[in-house]
Amino acid sequence: MAPRPPRANLRAANQEVTSVTKRQIVILGGGTGGTMTANRLRRRFDEDEADIHVVDRDNRHVYQPGLLFVPFGLTQLDELVRPRRRQLRKGILFHESEVDSVALDQNAVVLSDGTELPYDVLVVASGARLQPEETEGMTDAGWNKHVFTFYSPEGAEALRGALERFQGGRLVVNLVDMPIKCPVAPLEFAFLADWHLRERGVRAGTELVYVTPLDSAFTKATCAEHLSFLLEDKEIELVTDFSAGEVDGASGKLVSYDERELDFDLLVTVPLHGGAAYVERSQGLGDALGFVPTDKATLQAAAKPNVFALGDATDLPTSKAGSVTHFEAEVLAENIGRFFAGEELEAGYDGHTNCFIETGFHKALLIDFNYDVEPLPGHFPAALGLPLLRESRVNHLGKLAFQWLYWHALLPGRDLPAIGPTMPTRGKEIPVNA
Amino acid sequence: MTMALIADSPVDVDAEGFMTSPEQWNEQIAEAIAAENGIAELTERHWLVVRFMRERYLETGNAPSIRSLGKESGVPVKELYQLFPKGPAKLAAKIGGIPKPKGCI
Repeated sequence: MAPRPPRANLRAANQEVTSVTKRQIVILGGGTGGTMTANRLRRRFDEDEADIHVVDRDNRHVYQPGLLFVPFGLTQLDELVRPRRRQLRKGILFHESEVDSVALDQNAVVLSDGTELPYDVLVVASGARLQPEETEGMTDAGWNKHVFTFYSPEGAEALRGALERFQGGRLVVNLVDMPIKCPVAPLEFAFLADWHLRERGVRAGTELVYVTPLDSAFTKATCAEHLSFLLEDKEIELVTDFSAGEVDGASGKLVSYDERELDFDLLVTVPLHGGAAYVERSQGLGDALGFVPTDKATLQAAAKPNVFALGDATDLPTSKAGSVTHFEAEVLAENIGRFFAGEELEAGYDGHTNCFIETGFHKALLIDFNYDVEPLPGHFPAALGLPLLRESRVNHLGKLAFQWLYWHALLPGRDLPAIGPTMPTRGKEIPVNA
Repeated sequence: MTMALIADSPVDVDAEGFMTSPEQWNEQIAEAIAAENGIAELTERHWLVVRFMRERYLETGNAPSIRSLGKESGVPVKELYQLFPKGPAKLAAKIGGIPKPKGCI
């Protein structure tokens, strides 16, 4: 058989094409950020312009916001998990593998079997990793017996069983330290637990305690003003400035670094978070916690100009949340296009964050903010939209509808009308001197 | 936001006395805030934490958490609590002239 001429020669014969090699884009992580980015880039670049690789250790894409509902039997795990591969557009190369490291000097990713993936542009989208073992005693006696986290699919499922058996006592909900994914989730868990236990008739015999390392449950002034009543109404005890240093699962004690002790019968904890392990193994890529120092407006990583990052993997002063990742993906795809074209990057992300907060009893709140503007009351995305900073049934329905949007609009990388990377101000009650 | 006079310098502060304009900070201000919060003298170990905190904030826009401080400042978490009783991250931020560490709501 006659050997096929090398592709570059074919391309050179075509007058219109100036570049002779296909660009290699490697995306580490096939979750929310990686999938959105891959799909957006696949639409932007033809297959003969760029190869797009996505690497992930497994083929299970979990709709993480749904994990909150699993312990209460409000959703099932199998409704939250879909194959990663199937969320990627045609023409995207999926590698199911652990990442050993990124060799920044060689512009190559090394997979765990030694395979090298050279790249022209690298996107770090490998999210955050739970590190329960970083807190003394957390994974010892009592782990998954009366110490649980709902932040992993297995943990959420195990907690469902424990809540079903729970007949009263002290239920302590704790986040160990920031940053965590979806910072409102532990508070939502406390609200839903209150509802769940009331429905089951065991709330009267339960002390429900919310324990935070911050100095209040609501640290932003407008939230404190509009939402503080929720804890009181739901009779949730609040413990602040509590930095958990040790869990004694055998005797049911949570101990702070300044040696305060809290007794529990059931502890629901949000463990410490770090970046992906390979980030720590890759010289110059991450910080001490394994997050990637990233420009807050362009999403270019500090490590090198051809490295970008988004979502939970970054060190940005935003919430680690799907909405953030979605808004970032739009800016990121644009900037990768500009990077290849040799143009100046767009400082297009303003920290826009949008989240629903479940408050139980079929109600939810919605908040919307950015780097500079705190959550404000009003409506989203404009005057006739969803109520902001106020409990309502329509927000709860919004949160439920979101799961459909996630799989069918957000992951495929479609733009949502009127909802973009910069925070809308229409519909909001903006203070005069803000 | 209000104006306060700390160590003879006019500075912008929030309702809890955290400085909101880090560029107005100086070492005399740090000592005055420390004294007001029960730390009679800032030792080298205090300064190590305060400077780390401040530099990290100015670089990233994020005030480090207690855990990042414990991992990166060179001062272990237990000692942080001895140096800055009650809330090391909060108190070191206040002394370092940077805004209060916040959650998302």
